[in-house]
Amino acid sequence: MKSPLRKNKSKRLPSKANRRSVRRAAQAARRSTNGRTNGRAKVPKFKVLGTRPIRHDGADKVTGRAIYTADVKLAGLIHASMVRSPHAHARIVSIDTSAAEKYPGVLAVVTGKDFPNVADKIAELGEGAVNLAHLSANCMAKDKALYKGHAVAAVAAASALDAAEAAKLIQVQYEPLPAVTWVLDAMKEDAPLLHDDVYTDQMGKVGKKPSNVAKHLIFEIGDVKKGFASADLVIEREFKTQTVHQGYIEPHAAVALWNADGHLTIYSATQGAFTCRQQTAEVLQVPVSQVTVIPCEIGGGFGGKISIYLEPVAAMLSKKSGRPVKMTMTRQEVFEGTGPTPASFMRVKLGAKKNGKLVAGEAWLAYDAGAYPGGVIGPGCMCVFSCYDLPNARVDGFDVCVNKPQTKAYRAPGATHAAFACETIIDELAEALKMDPIDFRLKNAAKEGTRRVDGPVYPRIGLVETLQAAKNTPHYKSKLTGKNRGRGVACGFWFNIGLKSSASASVEPDGTVALVEGSTDIGGTRTSVAMQLAETLGIPAEDVHPKVGDTDSIGYTDVTGGSRVTFATGLAAYQCGLDIIRQMSERAAMLWDCKPQQVKFDAGVFRNGRKSITFKELAAKLPETGGGIIGRATVDPQGATNGFGAHIADVEVDPETGKVTILRYTAVQDAGKAVHPSYVEGQMQGGATQGIGWALNEEYFYNDQGRMTNASFLDYRMPTALDVPMIETVIVEVPNPAHPYGVRGVGETPIVSPPATIASAIYHAAGVRMRELPMAPYKVCKAMMEKASM
Amino acid sequence: MKDFEYAAAATLDEAVSLLAARGERAKILAGGTDIIVQLREGLREADLVVDVKKIPEIMTYRFDPASGLSLGAAVPCYRIYEDGDVAAAYPALADAARIIGGWQIQSRASIGGNLCNSSPAADSIPALIALGAACKIAGPEGMRSVPVEQFCTSPGKNVLRRGELLVSIQFPPPAAKSGSHYLRFIPRNEMDIAVVGAGAWLRMQDGVIAEGRIGLAAVAPTPKLAEQASRFLAGKPASEETFRQAGELARQSASPISDMRGPAQYRLHLVGVLTRRALAKAAERAGA
Amino acid sequence: MGKKLHVTTTINGEQVEFLCEARQSLLEVLRDVLGLTGAKEGCNNGNCGACTVLFDGLPVDSCLVLGVEAEGATIQTVEGIACDGRLHPLQQCFLEGAALQCGVCTPGFLVAAKALLDKHPHATEEQIRFELSGNLCRCTGYDKIVRAVMEAAKEMTHA
Repeated sequence: MKSPLRKNKSKRLPSKANRRSVRRAAQAARRSTNGRTNGRAKVPKFKVLGTRPIRHDGADKVTGRAIYTADVKLAGLIHASMVRSPHAHARIVSIDTSAAEKYPGVLAVVTGKDFPNVADKIAELGEGAVNLAHLSANCMAKDKALYKGHAVAAVAAASALDAAEAAKLIQVQYEPLPAVTWVLDAMKEDAPLLHDDVYTDQMGKVGKKPSNVAKHLIFEIGDVKKGFASADLVIEREFKTQTVHQGYIEPHAAVALWNADGHLTIYSATQGAFTCRQQTAEVLQVPVSQVTVIPCEIGGGFGGKISIYLEPVAAMLSKKSGRPVKMTMTRQEVFEGTGPTPASFMRVKLGAKKNGKLVAGEAWLAYDAGAYPGGVIGPGCMCVFSCYDLPNARVDGFDVCVNKPQTKAYRAPGATHAAFACETIIDELAEALKMDPIDFRLKNAAKEGTRRVDGPVYPRIGLVETLQAAKNTPHYKSKLTGKNRGRGVACGFWFNIGLKSSASASVEPDGTVALVEGSTDIGGTRTSVAMQLAETLGIPAEDVHPKVGDTDSIGYTDVTGGSRVTFATGLAAYQCGLDIIRQMSERAAMLWDCKPQQVKFDAGVFRNGRKSITFKELAAKLPETGGGIIGRATVDPQGATNGFGAHIADVEVDPETGKVTILRYTAVQDAGKAVHPSYVEGQMQGGATQGIGWALNEEYFYNDQGRMTNASFLDYRMPTALDVPMIETVIVEVPNPAHPYGVRGVGETPIVSPPATIASAIYHAAGVRMRELPMAPYKVCKAMMEKASM
Repeated sequence: MKDFEYAAAATLDEAVSLLAARGERAKILAGGTDIIVQLREGLREADLVVDVKKIPEIMTYRFDPASGLSLGAAVPCYRIYEDGDVAAAYPALADAARIIGGWQIQSRASIGGNLCNSSPAADSIPALIALGAACKIAGPEGMRSVPVEQFCTSPGKNVLRRGELLVSIQFPPPAAKSGSHYLRFIPRNEMDIAVVGAGAWLRMQDGVIAEGRIGLAAVAPTPKLAEQASRFLAGKPASEETFRQAGELARQSASPISDMRGPAQYRLHLVGVLTRRALAKAAERAGA
Repeated sequence: MGKKLHVTTTINGEQVEFLCEARQSLLEVLRDVLGLTGAKEGCNNGNCGACTVLFDGLPVDSCLVLGVEAEGATIQTVEGIACDGRLHPLQQCFLEGAALQCGVCTPGFLVAAKALLDKHPHATEEQIRFELSGNLCRCTGYDKIVRAVMEAAKEMTHA
């Protein structure tokens, strides 16, 4: 195998302070590894972290052998198809399944009546919570269809094509109801009401009559009125964004086998086997111990494959037919029947002093929740001012039900909307104050000790270093020339959570280690987790063989979400490594006839005085010293790892059509410690490109009956290879004090900046401020024409 | 999708008799990139699918500078743009063939299929209109020919009668000092449906435009010839001002709708811009 | 259930016979009848390229081809790109260049890229981006995919 690839554009930029903290973290790592303090201060030399090994699952994925859920085959497998509401809002009067049941090849039919009634109970799913009654009704409507595409029945048949034909024969009688799809319309007093049991919860105070507004959040610090009174310059603007989808290429899929002994086995394209198990068990009202979820390879998720859709339906069809049942969605079903991320209306106001210091901020954010309460308004509120040291601020946030699919997380859920609004005003303020937009941000950047509007005080974070790195990029230093061209910059923030993870590993006699972990691998995390175990054990990354376990083979692990896996599951792998070292030290002590505490471990070698034995050598002696060794760890780190980024874009705007071409794009981000730099860059490039799609073209286009008219990859218009340039990346490393190797989450932050970055670039190219997403050509064109006629 | 019968017709007569016998319930399969999706998504239905790719006349591909191009209706797009002689003789045709879907589509999709699908936004039809192509149709009553601008009748509908099928598209021989171009406006850079498409063809003589033709897509229920704008060109200099005025006339002939691909007002605006750009490029290719 | 048709074709160098219904796409035949699940269904209407295979040497979306049309054809799928147990330079460069994340679009990209390099061994970045625009990737932002194809081109032309 050749050495890992070509020179990459990324540079790690350890500043002085940075290097110090790297050192501290490394010392901490070493301390906890070998139980003693290394007095000499050294810059850590990781052997594995920071290298670019080939991912362990790579060969399967480039040869077509990797098994995704749709590829699963079981003996006697049958296929199912869903019947979905054609109406955006309708009462289900009756469902006649008789014709479908008679269709040749049909083996089972289910409707909402086949599912148990689930109480109004909130289940914690790790990243977010869900009301189980709503979850059940979202998987299969009972009385009312709340959006076009809402599942109302399902048919299982010998072939998928016959199941789809039979599904057409199910007669559903609907009583159509008025629908509402725009968030501000749904907030009106006389708006069509989706639920008669949803009341506005205003920070614990519950409203008296049913409302589409499920929640009114309020966050406040300082004295906002006084703050604005002291400002020399105040800018207030309104912003709109449309519903967008995660756009993973693999449609949702599930295979269920309800066995004769009552045990249910599910193969699923899920971001979290354990939350999938919990949700499915709750909806079916069976104990979780009766369900095993086997996570398959997953073709992208970005937050959209946490909630269940098909699993309980496939399970119920399996129970009825006695056969394993596969359900896969069509692309149209994915758009119309799963959880996109919300449309929003935002009004944001910022005040600054003449010297460029921000003094006050105010935000009024209304995000649609889709058909059921519980959208992503919370993080939206927390993120809107998260990049700045803002002494006085207030945020009002509204979670609003509308007749669209229930919204779900999409990479930094809620943050991209808010950053589009806040960063655009920051850009305007910088311009008005005649300051460089990065200098203006540096002057106000959040740092260690800054209190965010929702309360938390930041520990050591890397926004300042990220902005400085952005300023020093060849891109920012270059001169942009040519007509109709402009450059924009913007910041981005995402929390990056911790939560529960488990890992177990067994030491093989040849010195390799078989690792089982619980995080479904969407983007190479098997490798980033395995690398941390390898680093801990002082062995090559290739000597760890990672596997993602099912719910019966590994301890509880939360979803692959919140940019948590490399951080939290990596932490579990690290602790699992410590457990192995402890046990192996005992074996070494046995060989050397000393006390285990006398055995020291460093860089893959066990020592006691002049005696030493390598990890590999000792592994070979395990059979004769008591048998195999299994290390294990389960962790639950709390709090956020706080990831900050800054993006730079150069665009050209066609003055006649309004079409925006991205000429050059750079993403800068603090990764804490980049475990596998290629995959960190990959996250930055992929997130940036999703953000570019959101900025320029992606949206759910609704007609006046509340039906989506562009539910295909053709008209939803995600970026192709021809729509983006190379995405340059700069990885900043300000170690996370809460991780032995300094790791921070990286996955989500990169989607946050692009819309604001591109809006700023468009302004500098064409002189128009775009405050609506997407900034589609027709909108830019219209804005330019209006400006010209002024 | 319900199952259907499949027949690979070997001759035109066989295809005509199959189509005549089944009428609306029979559908023609050429490259399949439209019809298979439409059958699958329930937009069209069939009891019989007639594969025409084994019929020699439908796969003909014959170019001779003196007699022109005879393009079999099921010849895939890639054959056109990979053929340097044809691409040079009919640049607007090659322009269109190169942007219908991606490479995977162009390996299968044909110009004839694009015509028979009869979408208002079809990319090849404005180019065919500009180039003055004609459709050769076989049917129970024998062969007939229809000018390409008269082929489509409404969205998804065309002049083909029961038992008829498109055999080939005939292009007149390339005229001296002529040039053509097709371009479309799409929000992405590929893999998109035209918000507006414009094809232009010009023939120069004695330093002025002798004649010109402009075809438009996505501005009316069918792709259309912008007659007034086309007529206007004769005798005018190949100048930016001429093209701007032609664009304005083309705009007046457009009656677009608003949908998810663009608002009507924007489409009207684009007709002017694209017509002008298409003409300028066609003129450049004509050596004006 | 419809009548099954008998088809003889060549897949990855081997002659194969199968039975299928007329309505079944080549993609469905490959995946469900022949167990070749490397080609993926991403959209089933020709807009994502995840099901790309080579049909008589040309890249096609196998969701837009009927199984019966494979009669007498020569088909190559992602499973046939590696030969004699050795990865194709494209596969190797995808691995080394981290040109995949979730991996579901990867088979389609590899097949399309192989067709591209067979035809244009010295493909430029712009050519690669243009010819691969029929393949959607949602994870990588295309940067590392385009680089991997350029790298493979370099290796193949220097070999």
